[in-house]
Amino acid sequence: MRFAISLLTVWGIAAIIGTVQKQNEPYTNYVIQLGQFWFEAFDRLGLYDVYHAPWFLLILMFVMVSTGLCVTRNTPSMLREMRAWREHVTESSLRLFKHQVEYQAAPDLPRLQNWLMARGFRTRSIPQQDGATLIVAKAGSNHRLGYIFTHLAIVVIFLGFLMDGDVPLKVQQMLGNKEIETRDIPPTQVPLKSWLPSDTFSFRGNMTIPEGGRGSVAFLRLRDGYMIQDLPFSIELKQFRIEHYATGQPKSFESDVLIHDRDLQKPLAATIRVNHPLIYKGVAIYQADFQDGGSELSFDGWELAGSESKPFKINANVFDKLKLTTKAEPLVLELDDFRPFNVLNLSPNGKGRPRNVGPSATFKLRDSQGQAHEYLNYMQPVMLEGRAYQVSGMRAAPNEPYQYLRIPLDENGAINTYMQWRALMSDAAQAAVIAKQLAVQVPEKDGLRSNFEGSVVRLMNLFAHSGFNGLAGFIEKTVPAKNQEKAAQAYIKILESAAMTAYGMTEQGQGKAPDAAGLNFVRDGLNTMSDSFLYGAPFYLQLTDYKLHRASGLQLTKSPGKNLVYAGSILLVLGIFAMFYIHERRIWLLVKTNSVLFAMSSARKTRDFEAEFSRLSLELGTELKLELES
Amino acid sequence: MNFNESNKPSLKNLSWFDWLYALILVLGAGYALNAYGSHMDAYEQGFLVGAVIGFSILGWRWKPLRMLLLGIIALSLFGISQFHGDAARGDTAFFLKFFFASKTAIMWMNVLFVLAMLTYWFALFKRSDFSAKVASSLTWSAVLMGFVGLMVRWYESYLIAPEVGHIPISNLYEVFVLFCLITSLLYLHYEDRFNTRQLGGFVLVVVNAAVGFILWYTFDRQADGIMPLVPALQSYWMKIHVPANFIGYGSFSLSAMVASAYLLAERGILASRLPKLEVLDDLMYKSISIGFAFFTIATILGAMWAAEAWGGYWSWDPKETWALIVWLNYAAWLHLRLVKGLRGPMLAWWALVGLLVTTFAFLGVNMFLSGLHSYGEL
Repeated sequence: MRFAISLLTVWGIAAIIGTVQKQNEPYTNYVIQLGQFWFEAFDRLGLYDVYHAPWFLLILMFVMVSTGLCVTRNTPSMLREMRAWREHVTESSLRLFKHQVEYQAAPDLPRLQNWLMARGFRTRSIPQQDGATLIVAKAGSNHRLGYIFTHLAIVVIFLGFLMDGDVPLKVQQMLGNKEIETRDIPPTQVPLKSWLPSDTFSFRGNMTIPEGGRGSVAFLRLRDGYMIQDLPFSIELKQFRIEHYATGQPKSFESDVLIHDRDLQKPLAATIRVNHPLIYKGVAIYQADFQDGGSELSFDGWELAGSESKPFKINANVFDKLKLTTKAEPLVLELDDFRPFNVLNLSPNGKGRPRNVGPSATFKLRDSQGQAHEYLNYMQPVMLEGRAYQVSGMRAAPNEPYQYLRIPLDENGAINTYMQWRALMSDAAQAAVIAKQLAVQVPEKDGLRSNFEGSVVRLMNLFAHSGFNGLAGFIEKTVPAKNQEKAAQAYIKILESAAMTAYGMTEQGQGKAPDAAGLNFVRDGLNTMSDSFLYGAPFYLQLTDYKLHRASGLQLTKSPGKNLVYAGSILLVLGIFAMFYIHERRIWLLVKTNSVLFAMSSARKTRDFEAEFSRLSLELGTELKLELES
Repeated sequence: MNFNESNKPSLKNLSWFDWLYALILVLGAGYALNAYGSHMDAYEQGFLVGAVIGFSILGWRWKPLRMLLLGIIALSLFGISQFHGDAARGDTAFFLKFFFASKTAIMWMNVLFVLAMLTYWFALFKRSDFSAKVASSLTWSAVLMGFVGLMVRWYESYLIAPEVGHIPISNLYEVFVLFCLITSLLYLHYEDRFNTRQLGGFVLVVVNAAVGFILWYTFDRQADGIMPLVPALQSYWMKIHVPANFIGYGSFSLSAMVASAYLLAERGILASRLPKLEVLDDLMYKSISIGFAFFTIATILGAMWAAEAWGGYWSWDPKETWALIVWLNYAAWLHLRLVKGLRGPMLAWWALVGLLVTTFAFLGVNMFLSGLHSYGEL
């Protein structure tokens, strides 16, 4: 018992660790989180899948065996005890009972027996040698069944659990018959050692089917890889549907599927919903999740540096990998995901209502060294402080938060004004033109004007190649510390004037008097240009169109032990109620010609028992008195 | 619960009021089945019939429950009738705005629970029987208003849109109300059976902690609104799994508060004002055993639900794992008491610590851990 409790404590602590340490994550996440040393230590202990670690199962197994032993050892004596009447008591031993009382009366035997039976006792009367009669009575003998049921239930539940567990698979792995596949390759290329046959006793796996697609294998996620579970049928996804409430929250996820099986006359059509799985051939098929199934996306690619202001076009599907040849260096575009809507809470204090900000695409741009930046681009403009922007998130590592590039839109909500303006600002030839225009205000004596022109061109070039950071560096290098702030203000003023002039040269800004809206636009534009040096990509991919294709994520479970677990559960509940609410009591009445000795006992001395004894002894007194009178 | 032979319900012993009470329940359920039966699935119809039988028997065995139920029925129906099918009237119609709209009724419950706790403590220190009776009445009134609030809220959810309608036990705000009500009802039952009012102050401490949470949730987080159900929660299982769980949580909390009274009395603090140690000990055991029975049922129901919703009856989800830890904790407690015959302060301490474990399983898992069970996040 003590050993069992200490093992259970260890087991409990392990179970707690399992709830704190996220389980079954991709191994790279653990390396990032823990560092290499602890990653390996934790891996050796099996802490990424505690609940399937051999030692964890071993402890459970021990608890089951010791519970089983406990039941087998105690059941015979308990059953004997339940059946026993304890009729071999002597008067002297009854008088030693704590709960006994004697009445002086001339009793009537059948009446006493009835009195006991009316109170739920079963009775038996035994004539004694000295002419007296002993009535033995008992109630609540089934109390002991409670003990047997509860402990048996633990064993039964655990057996069912074991049937559905992965112990056979673990053994196969240890023997080297099965191996986890860690490479990201199509199922057809996965070696047979990582396949499990379709008649596997129990399993729990996942499959993802795009709309119109068909699947006949499930993937079991194990450690840092997977195994492939062959299915005795195949599933075709006709359609995947999401319905929403008026508030935008999802209301239902449904998959219309066809089950194809040689044993079927014609394919079986069914709809699988959350909470409504389909069970076919002992395999329960659940709606687990959904993801993109290769949506068709169109992008306009806008250069973020240089004088090109016209976009290039990209059409691709999610999960495609595309080589993009840009001026700088070749990049591989990996399209990862597309979402048709995003419900975000953009209110400043986070207490406002979340709303749908429209579709988004996530993708990576990988350079020739294999380094990648990840991007999250929203299709629709986002309104911030009353102005519209295209927003693109960027991060260099998956565990970092996104940093956002905001590209200002013109009054028509179009991006090309910014792109035209940016191209003008980045074009050395245009810089000269702009400088000339600005210099008109400067008096043309002592070469002041041409000096100014030169400064403007240099300033614009500096900004076009290194943004505000470059400008700050330049000021720090060339201007004495006490004048730096003043200089910065002057430079920014000139830069803004140049930017306004460039804005006036765009299609949108042509012939417009400079106004507050224009000034806001170029200020945003300057920030965007400056930020784009940190963007990690030489272009911005504007999502312009999409055709949604979804894929439904199904979970497939074969758990033959389920019924055993349920049977054990029923046994457990019955047992618990029997243990708590059936009270075992015994009564002995030693009946002589003019006296009755009443003794009572119970396995558990509780307050209820004390109360019952007092009540019964009072009632018996009344009964005997009544008897005397009648 | 006291299952002694003497108060085993016998149909012969029922009064005319017992029968009237049962008749009202039957008629109500009959009306609901007739009018709305087509919108319920077979399980839900079964639950309704089961509720009639269950509440009849409970009311017959514990008489004060009959008045509570009739009161809930009357006030809820009155509240619902004031809406005239328009959710906006909750803020304008006099009786709704000030009494029976769900948020208002629940606010009344909060206020009454605070008053009840203060009165119980006052009664304990002044040894005043009258004040203790007032405290009891306040607690009963709080329970009445809380249940009326939940019933009206159930109706309000259908007023938002028929597809949104659901039993109000689906988010933390709602289950905290349920927790207050169940814990108090369990206490009131023992108060009646053990004929002792001295423990009210202790039990209402934990109830008022929950009230504090409801207030914080209402005023700081504005999270007291009715939200439509996510797909995973749209199941008849919720109607039995959640209440069963909260009978478990409520009983465990009750036992912990009795344990704290035990520990004080055992050190001579308030000893003369509190019930005898063996009464406290017995109460602790009864409360834990009823909690254990219902917690077991709730966990099994949860497993059955999971087998329909999550692809397996056991997924080692943090909530499941913590439920198992809570279960093992009280299983060990019961073993020590029943098998080893242990009594005394050690078990009281254990019951008190058990409350921490239970609280973590109930709240901590939602706050700190993520998993399949993340419905009520803070």
